[in-house]
Amino acid sequence: MLPRRQFLQFAAAGAGAMWVHPQMALAAVPGDRRFVFIIQRGAADGLNIVAPVGDPDYVRLRGALAIDPATAMKLDGPFALHPALAEAGRMYAQGQALFVHATASPYRDRSHFDGQNVLETGGVTPYEVRDGWLNRLVSLMPRNRDEAIALAPTVPPALRGKADVSSFAPTALPQPSDELMARVGRMYQSDTQLDALWNQAMATRGMAAGSEAKGQNPAELGKLAASFLSKPDGPRIAMLETGGWDTHTAQAFRLTAQLKALDATLAALRDGLGPVWNQTVVVVATEFGRTAAANGTGGTDHGTGSAAMIFGGAVKGGRVIADWPGLSQANLYEARDLKPTTSLDAVIAGLTAETFALDPARVRTTLFPGAPASRPLEGLIRA
Amino acid sequence: MSLTQSPAAIALNRFGLGARPDDKPPADPKRWLTGQFDRYDVRPAAYAALPDAGKAAQDYFQALRQRLTARKDAKAEGMDPKQDAEAKQARQMIFLQTRDGYRAGVNARMAAALGTEAPFVERLTHFWANHFAISTEKPQVAVFAATYEAEAIRPHVLGKFEDMLVAVERHPAMLFYLDQFRSVGPDSRAAQFVAQRRPDKTPGLNENLAREIMELHTLGVRTGYSQADVTEFARALTGWSVGGQGPGGGGRGRFAMQQAEPGQFQYRPNIHEPGARTIIGKRYDQEGEDQARAVLHDLATAPATARHISTKLARHFVSDDPPKALVDRLAAAFQSSGGDLPTLYRTLIDSPEAWAPGAGKFKTPWDWSVSALRGLGRRDVGEMDIAPMVTQLGQPVWKPGSPAGYDDIAASWAAPDALMRRVELAQRFAANMGDRADARALAGVLLPGSVSPATTTALAQADNAPSALALLLVSPEFQRR
Repeated sequence: MLPRRQFLQFAAAGAGAMWVHPQMALAAVPGDRRFVFIIQRGAADGLNIVAPVGDPDYVRLRGALAIDPATAMKLDGPFALHPALAEAGRMYAQGQALFVHATASPYRDRSHFDGQNVLETGGVTPYEVRDGWLNRLVSLMPRNRDEAIALAPTVPPALRGKADVSSFAPTALPQPSDELMARVGRMYQSDTQLDALWNQAMATRGMAAGSEAKGQNPAELGKLAASFLSKPDGPRIAMLETGGWDTHTAQAFRLTAQLKALDATLAALRDGLGPVWNQTVVVVATEFGRTAAANGTGGTDHGTGSAAMIFGGAVKGGRVIADWPGLSQANLYEARDLKPTTSLDAVIAGLTAETFALDPARVRTTLFPGAPASRPLEGLIRA
Repeated sequence: MSLTQSPAAIALNRFGLGARPDDKPPADPKRWLTGQFDRYDVRPAAYAALPDAGKAAQDYFQALRQRLTARKDAKAEGMDPKQDAEAKQARQMIFLQTRDGYRAGVNARMAAALGTEAPFVERLTHFWANHFAISTEKPQVAVFAATYEAEAIRPHVLGKFEDMLVAVERHPAMLFYLDQFRSVGPDSRAAQFVAQRRPDKTPGLNENLAREIMELHTLGVRTGYSQADVTEFARALTGWSVGGQGPGGGGRGRFAMQQAEPGQFQYRPNIHEPGARTIIGKRYDQEGEDQARAVLHDLATAPATARHISTKLARHFVSDDPPKALVDRLAAAFQSSGGDLPTLYRTLIDSPEAWAPGAGKFKTPWDWSVSALRGLGRRDVGEMDIAPMVTQLGQPVWKPGSPAGYDDIAASWAAPDALMRRVELAQRFAANMGDRADARALAGVLLPGSVSPATTTALAQADNAPSALALLLVSPEFQRR
């Protein structure tokens, strides 16, 4: 507590060193890993993102929506990458992208909101766990504070919990005067909740002061995340949110636009991180997949299994990991969805444990306390 | 942290939209609230000035047709339709029309909140609009967003839940938003017709609206319905569409559709799935439009719906985790009154839990903006543009990004950056006021009997009038209700 309080009083005195970050003294060890979670809200269609174009039933089910293998990047096995993911494809070719298919959280119904809750809390059923797995990951880190940031004005559920985390997104609003901010800080001292939030906000603004990233477009978002993560004393965990994946209609057009945006974010993150990219792991995941067959309105409805995408220089990439269940009618989950064969929890537990060299068993029980006994996946990250 | 609050402050802030500088603290807070049922203005001037759904639709669809024609012409002339000047102009017009319509709508919503003499009922219109959320990522939804609130929500806020439900599910904004307008019964006449000629283009079901009605609008998630019930309900709903858009609007001979007003609800027998449906164990053998209407009746009056609505209402007014006894009491009132909303509100007002001192709710960005502008004495929007302002605070109006609407818990809004933005905006509001208001006096009016010593000290020590005003607007008491 002491450094914080001193910092605030210092700031309140109106000294010019407003933006000195209190953790600056604890310079991070070079080579520290970074971990980024990008959530795809709305149930992203794994079957058209990492498309099983070699599955004999794929074209029958998808009809006009099917990805044409001639336009897509060929991946491992029967899979091809959606053509809008050009930069992601480049990462794959360089061994920096890994796709896990037919994966899902333990959630098996088709409500976005319950599904996102399970994905973000790490519970088995909706609303049984109150904080987020990404916040509990912070609690396993040696520094245990100032480790995580949400690139959004508010904190998404995956990052909510006991560990202090920050949030930031550029605004068009004018910066308040130092004088006013100091007074606000003093007024909040007797309010536990607002005091903690305010201290986080001040520290984060300090870190953002040198960043040139502005605005909210997908590339700027990646650039902004990179500007925080590349600071030696900055957070090592970040969360980004993407929405708009719920493609019940006009899917061909909408999914292309969504993936182009994601591709731009990933490329900007990579470029902005520079050498730190080699120490970085990015996981992109969604609450559940979409129906194996196209629906009657040029889209797909809520399904089950989907694909998770993992990027970064630290990833043992250039592979697709899938215990592929096949798309024949008999093999579909409830005769309509891609059957999940790989636990997304096991993927995330394995990734985070290897990224930060933590004990996999401890990570699994902390992040996914109620999970069935699935072992964290191994060998996803370079040693 | 718990703050002391007087009953008058609770009525003004927790139930209402925040006090104005010339408000007297209500002597009888409960009567002040119930009395608003008679003072509520369904169609205040700001909303009345907006075009209705029919006009908005006509303009929008006409612009769409112009763009289509321009593109076709360009193609016919061997030009790239994307580069064609006329097509570009039409596209720009659609963009401006949509954006300006949306902004005018948001300004009208704020004007109604600032000018109202029934702030409790006005808050309820915001509550219901969020319960039956639409989201304006789709341009057709943006065109109809304000009229949706004016036509489907506002007229029913003091009526029966079922009437609001039906108005909502028939409104073009909802039919567009959750894709219902183009959902086609696989065995309907239109589908059969297409299947014979263009089997690769056969239209079919879209279960989006059916699922969200059950999960979000009525019963609530995990209340016992199955995937099969969702699909059956989607079949029953086929044919609920919008004039001028979507499949099944043509038809020949005796199946020809009457021309419906564009942008108005239209039932289309040509795309309705024939036959009886079974939903949650009950058989529905009604013909046509009445089938889904009968399902809606049963959903509106189901005990699970009473509980779902009561939980959300209690969460909105009392605390993020509402007491079970309160929810039980509200659900019983909902059930016994047949979903009579004023009965539900009276039960809430009569519940001691709702008057517990200690502000249990962190204001949403919308709440905070409305109360700040009211607190500064604004009675109209004037030159302000509300939509981009509330967007900067993190809660764009009518754009929650999901049909679940915005979260109604502190964890979703109380965050470091979000707090900083309120300070930024408070400073801007206060700067515009100059020294026309004394924050020390104003605090007692806006938060009667409820200002903490820490805030009193902060206001007294501020070095100038705008600083003190900004501090009041971001004080712990003013951030919560």
